[in-house]
Amino acid sequence: MTYTGLPASIETIRRVREDPHRLGHRAHGAAEPVPGAGHGETGPARKRIIVGYGFWIYLLSDIVLFSCFFAAFAVLREATAGGPTISQIVDLPRVAFETTALLLSSYTCMLSYAAMNARSRLWTQIFLLITGFLGLVFVLLELQEFIELAARGITPQLSGMLTSFFGLVGLHGLHVTLGGLWLATMLAQVQVKGFRPEIVHRLICFNLFWHALDIVWIGIFTIVYLIGSGA
Amino acid sequence: MFGKLDLSAIPFSEPIALITSVVVILIAVGVLILITVKGWWPYLWHEWITSVDHKRIGVMYCLLGVVMLIRGFADAIMMRTQQAVAINAPGYLSPEHYDQIFTAHGTIMILFGAMPLVLGFMNFLVPLQLGVRDVAFPTFNSVGFWLTASGALLINVSLFVGEFARTGWLPYPPLSETAYTPGVGVDYYLWAVQISGVGTLITGINIVTTVLKMRCPGMSYLRMPVFCWTALASCLLIVATFPVLTATLAMLTLDRYLGWHYFTNTAGGNPMMFVNLVWAWGHPEVYILVLPAFGIFSEVFSTFSGKPLFGYRSMVAATLFICIVSMMVWLHHFFTMGAGPAVNTFFGISSSIIAVGTGVKIYNWIFTMYGGRVRFEVPMLWSMGFIFTFIIGGLTGVLLAIPPADFVTHNSMFLVAHFHNVIIGGVVFAVFAGLEFWFPKAFGFRLHEGWGKAAFWFAFIGFWVTFTPLYVLGLLGMTRRLQHINFEEWRPWLYISVIGVGILILGVISQATQLVVSIRDRQNLRDVTGDPWDGRSLEWATPSPPPFFNFAVMPDVEGEEAYWGIKLRAVETQQLSPEPTYEPIHMPVNSPVGFYTAFFTSVFGFAMVWYIWWLAILALVAAFAGFVVFAWRDVHEFEVPVEQVASVDRARRAARAALLDRLGTQEVLP
Amino acid sequence: MSLSQNPQGALRGVRRGGVPCLLSVGLASCSGGVLDPRGPVGADNATILINATVIMLAIVVPTILLALWVAWQYRASNPRGEYLPYWSYSGRIEAVVWSIPTLTVMFLSGLIWIGSYKVDPFRPLPSKVPPLEVQVVSLDWKWLFIYPQQGIASLNQLVIPAATPVHFSITSASVFNAFFVPQLGSMIYAMPGMVSQLHLQADDPGQLWGTSAHFSGDGFSDMQFQVKSVTDADFAAWVGSVRGAGPVLDRAAYAELTHQAQRVPPSTYGGIDPQLFHAVATQEIAPGPGPEPEGPSHAGREVSTGGKD
Repeated sequence: MTYTGLPASIETIRRVREDPHRLGHRAHGAAEPVPGAGHGETGPARKRIIVGYGFWIYLLSDIVLFSCFFAAFAVLREATAGGPTISQIVDLPRVAFETTALLLSSYTCMLSYAAMNARSRLWTQIFLLITGFLGLVFVLLELQEFIELAARGITPQLSGMLTSFFGLVGLHGLHVTLGGLWLATMLAQVQVKGFRPEIVHRLICFNLFWHALDIVWIGIFTIVYLIGSGA
Repeated sequence: MFGKLDLSAIPFSEPIALITSVVVILIAVGVLILITVKGWWPYLWHEWITSVDHKRIGVMYCLLGVVMLIRGFADAIMMRTQQAVAINAPGYLSPEHYDQIFTAHGTIMILFGAMPLVLGFMNFLVPLQLGVRDVAFPTFNSVGFWLTASGALLINVSLFVGEFARTGWLPYPPLSETAYTPGVGVDYYLWAVQISGVGTLITGINIVTTVLKMRCPGMSYLRMPVFCWTALASCLLIVATFPVLTATLAMLTLDRYLGWHYFTNTAGGNPMMFVNLVWAWGHPEVYILVLPAFGIFSEVFSTFSGKPLFGYRSMVAATLFICIVSMMVWLHHFFTMGAGPAVNTFFGISSSIIAVGTGVKIYNWIFTMYGGRVRFEVPMLWSMGFIFTFIIGGLTGVLLAIPPADFVTHNSMFLVAHFHNVIIGGVVFAVFAGLEFWFPKAFGFRLHEGWGKAAFWFAFIGFWVTFTPLYVLGLLGMTRRLQHINFEEWRPWLYISVIGVGILILGVISQATQLVVSIRDRQNLRDVTGDPWDGRSLEWATPSPPPFFNFAVMPDVEGEEAYWGIKLRAVETQQLSPEPTYEPIHMPVNSPVGFYTAFFTSVFGFAMVWYIWWLAILALVAAFAGFVVFAWRDVHEFEVPVEQVASVDRARRAARAALLDRLGTQEVLP
Repeated sequence: MSLSQNPQGALRGVRRGGVPCLLSVGLASCSGGVLDPRGPVGADNATILINATVIMLAIVVPTILLALWVAWQYRASNPRGEYLPYWSYSGRIEAVVWSIPTLTVMFLSGLIWIGSYKVDPFRPLPSKVPPLEVQVVSLDWKWLFIYPQQGIASLNQLVIPAATPVHFSITSASVFNAFFVPQLGSMIYAMPGMVSQLHLQADDPGQLWGTSAHFSGDGFSDMQFQVKSVTDADFAAWVGSVRGAGPVLDRAAYAELTHQAQRVPPSTYGGIDPQLFHAVATQEIAPGPGPEPEGPSHAGREVSTGGKD
C-alpha cells in the first residue's frame, strides 16, 4: 500500500487551482520580531537566554518541591504526639540573625553580578566570597539550632510535627549547602577561566538559585518561625 | 563493610527468580563478550554512549522502553496465569513472590516502559519538527537518559539481589513503612524511582525550554506540529508534578531510613498525606504519558488522510485544557476514603470534564479523516484501534469518576481493566504507531508491512480478549492484587483472559519478527527519499536517517505544515528551491558525563539500599567530581566544515530531485 | 484442569485451614456481584452505574460508528470519497464537537452531584427501625466485628438483621484496608487512627460475602468474610447464643488478634471491652506489630509471614 509517488500532494495542487480561496487555510497576524529572544517567528534564542530560561524552569520545579514540604508542615503542625509544640522550639533571635545573614548574602550576590557585568574579576570574587561567608554563617547557625534541639532531646523521631519541621528547614539548609559547594566551584572557575560565556551563564544561574533560596527562606521564616512563635 | 548485604540476599530458594536472573546475566555477559570480540566498543562509546545527539538519545530511550516493556509483559504473563491456576488452589507463585511481581509490573510499565518511550519520541521528534539542530541542553539530555537507565538497572538488580517492593506500584504507607515492610524491596523502589525521576525532570526542563525558546525562523507557536504542543504540555506537567513525587518519596525515605514520622501509624504521622501527595503526581503522570500519545495520533491521522489536522487550534486548546485540568482531579483515586459528598462531587465533576477535551480530540481526528484519502498502513491501523479502544476506556473512566459508581468498582478488576484500556489503547498503541511511523526516519528503512499488520491484529484482539473478562470480574466483586482466588464462578473469565494473553504473546512475536525480517530485507525497504509516508512536518524534509546536524540550513517556515508547503511548491514548479548558501555549523561535542554520573548514581542507589554508607558517600563524591571535571572542559562545540554540510545536503537534494523527475515522467501532474 | 473437582485438590483445600470450607464452599454458592444488589445502597450504586453507562453509550456508539464509516468512506481506494485536501476547519463542526461532550458531562455532573449526596456513605439510611451499630476493625489479615449494643463480637463473620439499617464505624489496627460487601453496595476504607462511617442495609435474609478491597500484604487474598443477613428473630437467637459463651474480647484477647495470621476461621466473643474500639481508633492501643520473623533471616528479604501455599 506504500505509495512511491506523492499522489495526495499532486491532487492537492489540482484542488488549489480549482479552489483559489484555499478554504480553511488560515493566515497569521504579523509578529513583532525580537531577534534572538526566541519569541514568535524569529528563530532560536541566544544561548544566554536559553540557559537562563531553562534554569528558571528548574527553579519553578524546585519551588514545587519546597511547597510539598510546606504542605507537610501545615498538615503535621498540630501532630505533636505529646511532644513539644512549635512555639516551644522556636528561637526567634537566632532566626533573626540567620535571616539577616541570608538576606545580606543575597545583596552581595547581586553585587557580584554587577561586578561580573562590569567584568571585574577582583570584585566579582570578593562579593562572591562574602556571599559564601554569609551563607556559611547561615548554615552554621542552623546547625547550631539543630544541635541544641537535639541536646534537649528534640529530634525528628519524636513526632510528626518535628519531622515536618526538620524536613522543611533541613531541605532549605541542604539547598544552601549545595549552593555553597556550587559557589566554591564558581570561585575557582572564575579565577582560572575568566569571564567566558559559559562561566557568565553559570554565574547568572547561580544568582537566580541564591535569590530563589532567599524567597523560600522568607516563606519558612514567616510560616514556620514567626507564625509558630505566636502559636 | 557491606551493610545488610550478604549471600543470603540471593534468592536461592526461589527457582523462578533465580533462573530468570541467571539467564538475564548470561545474556548480558554474552552480549558484552560479543561486543568485545567484534570490537564494537569504540563505535558504541563514541556514537551512542557518549552521544549528545537528541536523535541517538531518543533511540536509546525507546530501546530501553521496549526492553522494559518486555520485562513488564513477562510479569503480566505470570500474574494472569497465576490467577488462572490459583482458583481454590495455591498456584505456582507464593504471596511474597506474587506481590513483588504485580508491584514490579506496575512500576516498570509506567515509569520504565511507557515513560522512556514517550520521552524517546519527544527527544527524537521535537527538534526535528521545530526545524532546529538539537535540544536546549544536549549534555544534560544525555545525563537525563542515563539516570533513567540507572533506575531501570536498579529495579532489575532487585530481581537477583534481595527483593522488590511488595506494596503495589504506589507504596501506600503504613504498609510501606519499616514496621510492616522491613525488607529492602521498598528501598529498591524508592531509589530506582527517585533516580529515574531526576532524569525525567531534566528531560522535562529540556523540552520545555526547547519548545519555548528554540524554534526555527518562522515557526510561531501556532505553526508548530501538534506533537510539539503535546510534548510541551506533557513536559510542563513533568516540571510541575515530578518534584511532588520526589518530595513524597524523599519523605518516605526519611521515614524508613531515619525513623521519622511523615506517614507512620504512630507519633502523629499521617498516611493520608502520602495518598494525597502521591496522586497529585500520579494523576498528571497519566496525562504526561497520554498527551504525547495524542500528538503521535494527530500526526498519523493527518499524514495518512492526506489532509491537515482538522481543527488545529481546537486541538491545541484541548491539549492545554487537559494539561491544566489534569492537576485538579487527583482525589478521584480515593473517593472511598470518605472525603464527604461535596469534595467527591467536585473531583467527580472535574474528572469527567477531562473527557470534554478528549472527546473534542476524538471528533477532530474523525473529521481529519473526513474528506481525506485514508491509507490503512500500519500506523493508521494502530490509530483506528486506538479510537475504538480509547473511547470505551474513556467511558469506563467516566464511570469510575462518578463517586457512587466508584464506591462499588474502586480497586476492583473493573478498575484494572479500565486503566489498561486507556494506557494500552492510548499510550502503547501510540507507541507502536509511532515506532512504525518514524522508524524509517531513524534508521533509513521501513518496517515490514505484513508482520506489522499481524502484530496489530494480534494485539488488538488479544487486548480485548484479555481485558473484557476483567471488566466482568470487577462487576462480580473481584478485587485486584489477589494471589489466589476463592471463587469457583470466576474461573471461566480468568481462563478467557489467559487466552487473551496468549494472543498478545503472538502479537509480541509478530512485532519481534517484523524487526528481524525488516533488518534482513533492509535493502528492499530502504527509504531513499527521506519522505516515505508523504509527510507534512519538517522531520520529513531531512534525509533518512537525518545527519547529526539535522538541517544543513535552518528552514524558514512560512505557514503551518512547513514541509507540506515546501513540497507543494517543489511539485508545482517541478524544481527544488534554489540551493542555499552553506555555512559551517557548530555542534556540541560528545560527553561521557551522563554515563559517568549515572554509573556512580547506580552505585549510590545500590549502596543506599543495602546500607553501605561508605560506598554511598564515595559514589556521591565521585559523581560531584565528575561534574566539576565536566564543567572544567574548554571545548564545548566543534565546527562542521562547510564542505561536509554541502555534500550532505546536495545528496539530499539529489534524492528529492530524482523523486520529482519520477513524478514528472509519470505525467501525473495536472 | 479443575483442581477442586479432583479429590487431591479438594484435600489440598482442606489442608489450608478452617476457612476454605467457608470460602470455597460457603462463599462460592453466593458470589453475586455489584450488579446483583441485595440492599438499597447497592441498588442505588448499580442504578447509577447502569444509567451513566447508558447515557454515555448513547454518545459513544454513534461516535465509534461515525469513525468507522468515515475511515471506510474516505479510504484511498474509494473513488466516491471526495478529496478535500484543505478542509480543516469548520466553525459549526467545532461548536458541535465541543458541545457534545460538554453537554454529556454537564448531564453526568448532575448525576454525580445528586448521587454523591444520595449515596454518601456517612449519611444514615431513612428507616423506621433504629440502626444496628457495628464497629469494624481490620487486622492483619482478618476482620473484627464488635456489636456494642449487644456486647458481643465476631471474627471474620458478620451477622446482621435483614431490613434493618446497619451503621458501621470502621477503623484499622495496622495498614489500609477497604471494607466491602459487593452486594450491599458502597465500600469504604479502614484506616489506622481514623474512623470511617458506612450505612448499609440488606433487604432480605441471605448469604452474602465481604472482602477487603485494598491490598494489605501477603495475607490479603484471604481477607474475605461471611455475611449472613438473617431475620430479626434469628438475629436475636444468634446474639443470645453468642452472648456469655466463648472467650471475652478484652485487651489481652485483642492483643492476640493483632499478630499477623491468615485464614483464621470465623469465631465469636461472648463479651467485649466496651472501650476497645475507641482505644483502637485513637491508637491508644498500639497498632499491629507487622511481620515478626522467625527462623533464619535472609538479608534484606522479608521472611514470609504469609505461609507458603
